Amino acid sequence: MSTSTTSGTDSDSGTGGGGSAYDARFRVWRGDVEGGDLKDFTVRVNEGEVVLDIIHRLQATQAPDLAVRWNCKAGKCGSCSAEINGRPRLMCMTRMSVFAREDVITVTPLRAFPVVRDLVTDVGFNYTKAREVPAFVPPKDLGPGEYRMMQEDVDRSQEFRKCIECFLCQDTCHVVRDHEENKTAFAGPRFLMRVAELDMHPLDAAADTGLDRKATAQEEHGLGYCNITKCCTEVCPEGIHITDNALIPLKERAVDRKYDPLVWLGNKIRRRPT
Amino acid sequence: MAQVERQQWDVVVVGAGGAGLRAAIEAREQGARTAVICKSLFGKAHTVMAEGGIAASMGNVNSGDNWQVHFRDTLRGGKFLNQWRMAELHAREAPDRVWELETWGALFDRTKDGRISQRNFGGHEYPRLAHVGDRTGLELIRTLQQKIVALQQEDEREFGDHEARLKVFQECTVTRVLKDGERVSGAFCYERESGRFFVVEAPSVVLATGGIGKSFKVTSNSWEYTGDGHALALLAGAPLLNMEFVQFHPTGMVWPPSVKGILVTESVRGDGGVLRNSDGKRFMFDYIPDVFKEKYAESEQEGDRWYEDPDNNRRPPELLPRDEVARAINAEVKAGRGSPHGGVFLDVSTRMPADVIRRRLPSMYHQFKELADVDITAEAMEVGPTCHYVMGGIAVESDTAAARGVPGLFAAGEVAGGMHGSNRLGGNSLSDLLVFGRRAGLYAARYAAESATAPVVDEALVDAAAAEALRPFSAEGPEAGAAPENPYTLHQELQQTMNDLVGIIRREGEMAEALDKLAELRQRARRAGVEGHRQFNPGWHLALDLRNMLLVSECVARAALERTESRGGHTREDHPGMSRDWRRVNLLCALADPTGGLAATDPARGQIALTRVTTDPIRPDLLALFDKEELVKYLAEEELYE
Repeated sequence: MSTSTTSGTDSDSGTGGGGSAYDARFRVWRGDVEGGDLKDFTVRVNEGEVVLDIIHRLQATQAPDLAVRWNCKAGKCGSCSAEINGRPRLMCMTRMSVFAREDVITVTPLRAFPVVRDLVTDVGFNYTKAREVPAFVPPKDLGPGEYRMMQEDVDRSQEFRKCIECFLCQDTCHVVRDHEENKTAFAGPRFLMRVAELDMHPLDAAADTGLDRKATAQEEHGLGYCNITKCCTEVCPEGIHITDNALIPLKERAVDRKYDPLVWLGNKIRRRPT
Repeated sequence: MAQVERQQWDVVVVGAGGAGLRAAIEAREQGARTAVICKSLFGKAHTVMAEGGIAASMGNVNSGDNWQVHFRDTLRGGKFLNQWRMAELHAREAPDRVWELETWGALFDRTKDGRISQRNFGGHEYPRLAHVGDRTGLELIRTLQQKIVALQQEDEREFGDHEARLKVFQECTVTRVLKDGERVSGAFCYERESGRFFVVEAPSVVLATGGIGKSFKVTSNSWEYTGDGHALALLAGAPLLNMEFVQFHPTGMVWPPSVKGILVTESVRGDGGVLRNSDGKRFMFDYIPDVFKEKYAESEQEGDRWYEDPDNNRRPPELLPRDEVARAINAEVKAGRGSPHGGVFLDVSTRMPADVIRRRLPSMYHQFKELADVDITAEAMEVGPTCHYVMGGIAVESDTAAARGVPGLFAAGEVAGGMHGSNRLGGNSLSDLLVFGRRAGLYAARYAAESATAPVVDEALVDAAAAEALRPFSAEGPEAGAAPENPYTLHQELQQTMNDLVGIIRREGEMAEALDKLAELRQRARRAGVEGHRQFNPGWHLALDLRNMLLVSECVARAALERTESRGGHTREDHPGMSRDWRRVNLLCALADPTGGLAATDPARGQIALTRVTTDPIRPDLLALFDKEELVKYLAEEELYE
């Protein structure tokens, strides 16, 4: 087998479902911190492929230095986040079949984070925020092996622990997407959800150390900035009900201390599975 | 050569999957200043793809379980080739390693009485796998990641610096382990984002880089699995053990082509899924090998009863160890009884209600729905073997995880050899990562503390490593002015070669052909060139990874050619039987090339020299865990009478 370096086809095309292959038009943002623009490509698409396959074919045949972050290619690691036709998505879970053959598909880096190169952004914001959430506090009176928790009591936190840290919710949340200045005060949906996860953990002993997680959500992690538009929930590739199950309950709990008109609004508009 | 930044640490861990993070936590808790170098973002390592669970004989679901039973299952799975002391430590310590995760915030699925739930898996006598749905690896990584953050928060409180004693250098790659005489002195790295070089100086280096699957075309492995740690160890003078044993997981997706190889968790079978051929037959009943005859059900009825009443029935043969199931699927497809896209059918839709499938196998439901338009609650999946795991790896001391022959070098997880023998049981990888990750971190920290003098990193070695890393930018074609080789093309050819010639079923002539092809690719890889600059340049990264994949592939091919028997993850069509005489033989691969891989080497001789070593006899009290009748099937006469 050999790979042509000049055309948009590659060696896999023969196994790719025969007659269903076609040439798609892509516009991919290329550049770095200095600036850049969309570049046009025509590239072969085979049956069953996802956007990440096409980006890889571009690397192998037309743009060997095209920077893209990816890892598992199975929707489990959350590395290949980008914006496809303006919508934050995982490239590995976006099938080409959702587009019409004549569509021009535009792939751009996550807008809320500084560009490093091409489709790769500096997601350091998220790692900074992760460090600001105090860790799980083990109960003092229980040793390893002595933990007893009922499934129904861990269900809620387990839902949040499905998070693959793709940071699409962080990217789409308009609190930071269009307001760089809010980044200092606002942890973003992913890390507010982390606070909720720990707060709902049946054995977290933070309260014994004087840490009130509910209060910190409001006072230190910027929960008040969230006006529950549910954009985060919509883009979550894991289908986690971030707004309904993490953020709104956190707001409800915080309201004991502090009046928050959005909680009142949230109670009016939210749909919560029973 | 330009000045390269140097940093000093006590322990450097290469890799941030389960083994690397567990090693780093341990080293830091022992008081060592610890640096972790990883190719991906922190928290994205290949461990997140592990689905089924962590094997540990906690006995929460069946109180008959204990470490001896786990040890026995592990040796059976590995066909008695395991480094038995590792298998013993692993079985003894796995429960503590799982319970410890709970104290760091992990939330496993629960039993009715609130303990950690445990599920059935291939080759395990009792329900043994602690799990979280089918995303256990994610829970493991996230828990370890969050524990590291917790330690960093401690350092912030104490020193005002999160990274005072534990730092993760994410998206950085190590290209050379550096040495001061015989002992380790540090690692040469580049930062992917900027292309900048730097050196971490340390008396201890822990390799925890995972596996080699990216040398094969159909694989469940992520891009990171380019055999880096295996190659780094070889180049540093440490031998690799039993590299011929490569596990092909029986159930990978086969359709559509772009997802071919993606894993379908063994939990599907553990929870009741069955394998059928195109005739609708549950063919696994025809493939129970002699050594396992007494332990598996003879009829579908018995197998089905086992899920409810395991004490009075035997398990269905769909739950044989992975090597057996993979070979059976391969044989069915070859006999013309495969599915439309060249696999077989794996069905849960007729075995469980739809809501149970969605609850117990959420990722599988999602994966097939999203990527293949298949609703697994309504129809069967098509599956076939996919390159999944390498049992071979760096030869280590069982207790300390120290690499043999290179003081200061340690290895844990998939990159280390021995633990799993010729075939790994599902669930034994995550427990391996934790048990030996901790041990590697512990002994690496001790070794560093005991080092009287800091090792010296020689400027010349740094210059040589930098020159090697920069070579793709000035590569030329075979004649002056000709185009350099495309690294992507070379990689595809390598994957095709290993898939076709050193795959699941092996033949002498094909492996010899593979060695010729590898020699040609090695020559061409020296001319692999890249466009653009050093900032986040995937073509450059791949050009550098090719060295590692070619080295490791040669090890696999040479060892596979040498071992003239079939055992576990090594099946020879021309030597189909398992030989008791080969059981005591370990094959060691060492670097033959005196230039340390810098020069192009003779294609016939290659870069790798093989030696045979005889393993230590299994300790009598461990042998006593097995019946004599069973041991006769595995052990040579003289071993039985020793």
